[in-house]
Amino acid sequence: MHTASRPDAPRRVALLGVGNILLSDEGVGVRLVERIEAGYRLPEWVTVLDGGTCAMEMLEDLENLDLLVIADCVRTGRPPASVVVLQDDDVPAFFRTKLSPHQVGLSDVLATLHFTDRAPRRVVVVGVQPVSVDTGMTLTQAVAAALPEAEAAIVSALHSAGVPCTPRRAEAA
Amino acid sequence: MSQRITIDPVTRIEGHLRVDVEVNDGRVSKAWASGQMWRGVENILTGRDPRDAWAITQRICGVCTTVHAIASVRAVENALNLEIPVNANSIRNLIILAHAIHDHIVHFYHLSALDWVDVTSALKADPAKTSALAESLSNWSGNSKHEFAKVKERLTGFVGTGQLGIFTNGYWGHPAMKLTPEVNLLAVSHYLQALEVQRYASKIVSVLGSKSPHIQNVAVGGVANPLALDAQSVLTMERLLAVKEWIGKLDDFVKNVYLVDVAAIGAFYPEWTQVGRGITDYLCVPDIPLDGKGETFAIPGGHIAGGDLSTFKAINTFHDKYFLDGVSEAVKHSWYDYKGGNDKSLHPYEGETTPNYTDFQDEGKYSWLKSPTFYGKPMQVGPLARVLAGLAAGHEPTARYATATLERVSSIAGIKVGLDAMHSTIGRHAARAVACAVQVDELAAQWDRLVDNMGKGDLTTFNPPTFPKGEQRGVGFHEAPRGVLSHWVVIKDGKIDNYQCVVPTTWNAAPRNEHDAPGAYEACLLDNPVADPEQPLEVLRTVHSFDPCLACAVHILDTEHTEVVTVKAA
Repeated sequence: MHTASRPDAPRRVALLGVGNILLSDEGVGVRLVERIEAGYRLPEWVTVLDGGTCAMEMLEDLENLDLLVIADCVRTGRPPASVVVLQDDDVPAFFRTKLSPHQVGLSDVLATLHFTDRAPRRVVVVGVQPVSVDTGMTLTQAVAAALPEAEAAIVSALHSAGVPCTPRRAEAA
Repeated sequence: MSQRITIDPVTRIEGHLRVDVEVNDGRVSKAWASGQMWRGVENILTGRDPRDAWAITQRICGVCTTVHAIASVRAVENALNLEIPVNANSIRNLIILAHAIHDHIVHFYHLSALDWVDVTSALKADPAKTSALAESLSNWSGNSKHEFAKVKERLTGFVGTGQLGIFTNGYWGHPAMKLTPEVNLLAVSHYLQALEVQRYASKIVSVLGSKSPHIQNVAVGGVANPLALDAQSVLTMERLLAVKEWIGKLDDFVKNVYLVDVAAIGAFYPEWTQVGRGITDYLCVPDIPLDGKGETFAIPGGHIAGGDLSTFKAINTFHDKYFLDGVSEAVKHSWYDYKGGNDKSLHPYEGETTPNYTDFQDEGKYSWLKSPTFYGKPMQVGPLARVLAGLAAGHEPTARYATATLERVSSIAGIKVGLDAMHSTIGRHAARAVACAVQVDELAAQWDRLVDNMGKGDLTTFNPPTFPKGEQRGVGFHEAPRGVLSHWVVIKDGKIDNYQCVVPTTWNAAPRNEHDAPGAYEACLLDNPVADPEQPLEVLRTVHSFDPCLACAVHILDTEHTEVVTVKAA
């Protein structure tokens, strides 16, 4: 909820982690944003959100963004623990799997933002294919091992949009 | 010929609610509601510190985060007999009410209105006629001809591009759609306005809960953040004044738009007061405590048998024995096994969560939901139970809004619509709006209480808990947006020994119980009309009238297409 309100703010960016942390790898998106928050110093105009499995509550935070980076658990038919980056033309297709008008999930939030002309200019999805979604609060070993690669993909997406991400470790040294 | 329709998922991509109906001669003759996913959160909690349970349980569901946090701290406080400061109680009440109002507005406009509203028909509407109609019903400022013309133009552009976005996959042109183009345009316009208004409720939760979507400002013993009249990073007077302003905006919308729309749309569907009656044994709990012990409440709750208000039996305190002794859960038709056999139900303190998945067996096990009962009988829970209990208990605001709503429907429909019509699919929507109006008034009242008490110089928000050796048991109940929620905790030597959550959708979407009696969805679906088995809109109307919420616990994005409706000869 720390959104820049300065009129001269250069751009508005959000990093959103989604998923259920009670279902092991399902929570990988939330674990990724926790990692980024702990590991990097980000400018105040970047909103970092742990969205959990929420939807409409996030509407306001996702309005009029220049860039939205979503970290999530994804199923794209690739091998377990694969890191997937989707952007530009891949993203709309990704969200077109809506099955009824009543699924108020992330795809509905984005569709709503489109309808009200407040959609993000760019969306990048960084996803990790799950190994297990069994009940439990820890990631499987394979998905945990994929975290650095997914983290690098998020940092690279932020960098490409001109967001400075300074590693906190480098600062301390 | 009999046909079997399977709708899976009813709600989300990884859909956790599956509904099967058998249709004979255009009517539902048999129904099954099935939770398609195991929620084993209870097992995660065993052995943990009871003070941490609320932060974990609020992750059970994406829509109802706050309600699990509240029920969880109440359960632990109940076990310890711990009183909370009045400020903490007021802050929790404000969070509870703002969350509920948000939930009801979003449910009606964004999750279920499209069951009744045909977006494509709105393109044929005359904005001037729409405005005349709207202004005859309400003095809401967003009902001008200009506003409706703007929405129509926007919608026309949207449909023209072939991308309906949020409105994709609706049952447009279905024979069960009955609104005139003008009422459709009115509803679509208010759908968009509701998107703007819902944010005020969200902001209240986020300011008082100190974070959104998952609140942080809760603790066993009160709330975590200190109060101050001026300091930074706490709940200041400046923030409270902003909250007051947002309450005003919610009040305007709920009274002048939501309540009016429910009546106007309902008046076009009088036949739906005869559908979806099902179980008329109702259960709700009192909420919005007026003290730190849970002995007096602003909104009443209790049990009603057979739809007869004279049978009302009140639940009075957080330690109410009538409620505590009445709840049990059966697994005869659920994918679990009880050590002592599946032919009897267990009280939540003795509850077991041992999975035993079979397959979908029509006459055997078919759901991951247990089947909760109150003194052995399935219940219907939710806003309708809340409104009926309010009427039975003589709760003045409930009676006022319920009476006004029934009168408004009668006047628009030109027929006398009485209280009996509330026991129905469309009645559940009306009840939700009535409950929401009551909550808006109470939200303002709770704000006054908090500010008054702060004005007296009392800024206490937290009474620290202590955990004695030995065993303590506690229940935290909460009248959540979808109905009665209860968390049951057994604490042994300061650690959680057993934890069971009995959630509203489990009551309503329960499978058959140990006596093979169907749950509320299953009972309410009987005799539902189904005009076109390939487009079972009527089934969705009845299920959605309960505001189902199983689906939200999992969020995996799936690029592979999944079939939603399958129809087979039975």
